Amino acid sequence: MAVAAVKTYEFPPADTVDKFHGAQLLYIGWEDHLLFCAPFAFPFPPTMRFGDILAGVLPGVFGYHPDFAKIDWAKAEWFKSGQPWQPDADKSLAENGLKHKDVIRFRTPGLTGIKGSCS
Amino acid sequence: MDMQVAKKKLGLKERYAVMTRGLDWKPSYQKMEDIYPYMAYEGIKIHDWDKWEDPFRLTMDAYWKYQAEKERKLYAIIDAFNQNNGHLNVTDARYLNTVKLFISGISPLEYVAHRGFSHVGRQFPGPGPRVACLMQALDEIRHAQTQVHSISNYNKYYNGMHDFHHAHDRVWFLSVPKSFFDDAITAGPFEFMVSIGFSFEYVLTNLLFVPFVSGAAYNGDMGTMTFGFSAQSDEARHMTLGLEVIKFILQQDPANVPIVQRWIDKWTWRGYRVLTLVAMMMDYMLPKRTMSWKEAWEVYFEENGGALFKDLARYGIKMPDCAAQIALEKDHLSHQAWSTFYNYAAASNFHTWMPDEEEMAWLSSKYPNSYDKYYRPRMEFWREEAAKGNRFYNKTLPMLCQTCQIPMIFTEPGDPTKICYREVDYKGDKYHFCSDHCKKIFEDEPEKYVQAWLPVHQIYQGNCFPEGTDPTVEGFDPLAAVLKYYNLEFGRDNLDFDISEDKKNFAEWRGQATKNV
Repeated sequence: MAVAAVKTYEFPPADTVDKFHGAQLLYIGWEDHLLFCAPFAFPFPPTMRFGDILAGVLPGVFGYHPDFAKIDWAKAEWFKSGQPWQPDADKSLAENGLKHKDVIRFRTPGLTGIKGSCS
Repeated sequence: MDMQVAKKKLGLKERYAVMTRGLDWKPSYQKMEDIYPYMAYEGIKIHDWDKWEDPFRLTMDAYWKYQAEKERKLYAIIDAFNQNNGHLNVTDARYLNTVKLFISGISPLEYVAHRGFSHVGRQFPGPGPRVACLMQALDEIRHAQTQVHSISNYNKYYNGMHDFHHAHDRVWFLSVPKSFFDDAITAGPFEFMVSIGFSFEYVLTNLLFVPFVSGAAYNGDMGTMTFGFSAQSDEARHMTLGLEVIKFILQQDPANVPIVQRWIDKWTWRGYRVLTLVAMMMDYMLPKRTMSWKEAWEVYFEENGGALFKDLARYGIKMPDCAAQIALEKDHLSHQAWSTFYNYAAASNFHTWMPDEEEMAWLSSKYPNSYDKYYRPRMEFWREEAAKGNRFYNKTLPMLCQTCQIPMIFTEPGDPTKICYREVDYKGDKYHFCSDHCKKIFEDEPEKYVQAWLPVHQIYQGNCFPEGTDPTVEGFDPLAAVLKYYNLEFGRDNLDFDISEDKKNFAEWRGQATKNV
């Protein structure tokens, strides 16, 4: 269904990739850890190595949580748009098939937040 | 000597007829559709504007008289409150944050409502609704003004309120109420009336004004309370107008029913999402609580709203589908919202804190199905960490919902442990939503919502720094630059209540007022 309008109603979307100065948006959520109230939004260059996010970005973002230090990354389960997905840490975001405004989440089996409350 | 003949006075009914409908005329050399160009495009069909029943027979001269009388009383009380340092009589300084939320989140909406009603008051061909909209437009600007006046006294003493309108147009979470109203005033005249006149003013207003005004009364804020009373008779009039509009549109043509139903569904959900702010205010920000959010929802929406929609069934209107999801969220909404503001206390124009033991007990008793299981562990952890000097400040920007613009904090209906993710591909780009309802609103009019000014994306595009900022210099601190753009001072307007200047000053001033120093 289209918007009701008195004449042609066409305006550019506000968040196309060309507006982010060479970066693309990537959203990352950590399942069962709602101490962080929402998934995060990041502007990353598509050439960035996925492993650099794991090693260089996530500790600063999620490190406050006592579960973070216990993560076994080999066992982490990944999802992209809710579907199981396997990233390659040595490849770039683009090579991993990540596009502007993609959303990925990871689940860390055995870790269920503060006192098992999924916080 | 000539006899003085008393001028014949008009009766109330005649006077009303002369001063409202009598002011209208039929155009002779212009076409109606040129004078009222926005009447057809929304698909609403009106066959006879004279069928409009004025719910209140008020003429402009009587309107001025009533309002002037109310203003005189209001300003006398505000003056007395100010002259007697009434601000020191509030329950405790945490209450001031409710006032900050109100002045930056709600009062600017009154002004936009004024603009909206002025606009539709010009557009309707019927003189009855035109006059009613004119009065409501004046009410709304009066409310904006009296709220600013009532609250300005607090601004002399406390932080975060100094540039509320600037904040309203910029601060990340204020884009939620702002975009809600922007959505309404950019819709056509009929949708505006259904969105604001009916869904907001009629269905949801009790959940906005009653909590703030009774919250003010319970917490010793006579200024805000008096404003509330002064607005009350206006609100009653607005509710009546909202209901009349709906009934009028529905009775005019059966083809109007599905259009109106879609608008009611949309705006009940949009309004409810904005009320997230009220939910957390009721459960966390008022030092003396009036009732819980859940109780308020049950009384004002489930009971009163339920009766309303039963009444509207005869016009073919049913309860919005979203009510089922809202019922599932009522055990969680305020806790998820307050957790969010606790997360982002460094980027807000008011302070946050963790509830104390007694307040947690209150939350457990009001939310027996959810608080202890899902939220208490999180909040106790935060409280313990803060006591150790490790207060949690989340400094990474969150993902937002494209429609309501709230961070993606809401959980799956029925599973409070999982964030609810929804997405849509539209013309080569992805769009994300907090719920099925926000997703549907987008899908109905994607052309509108792809333009959304999402604060997080705007920051990453570099549009939320003061002019001349170079984000590429070594050691650039984006939060500091964004706060400057918000005109908020780090360490003064933001962060935890416990370390705030407000807390310190209030204690000192109240001490001076109540003790011999």
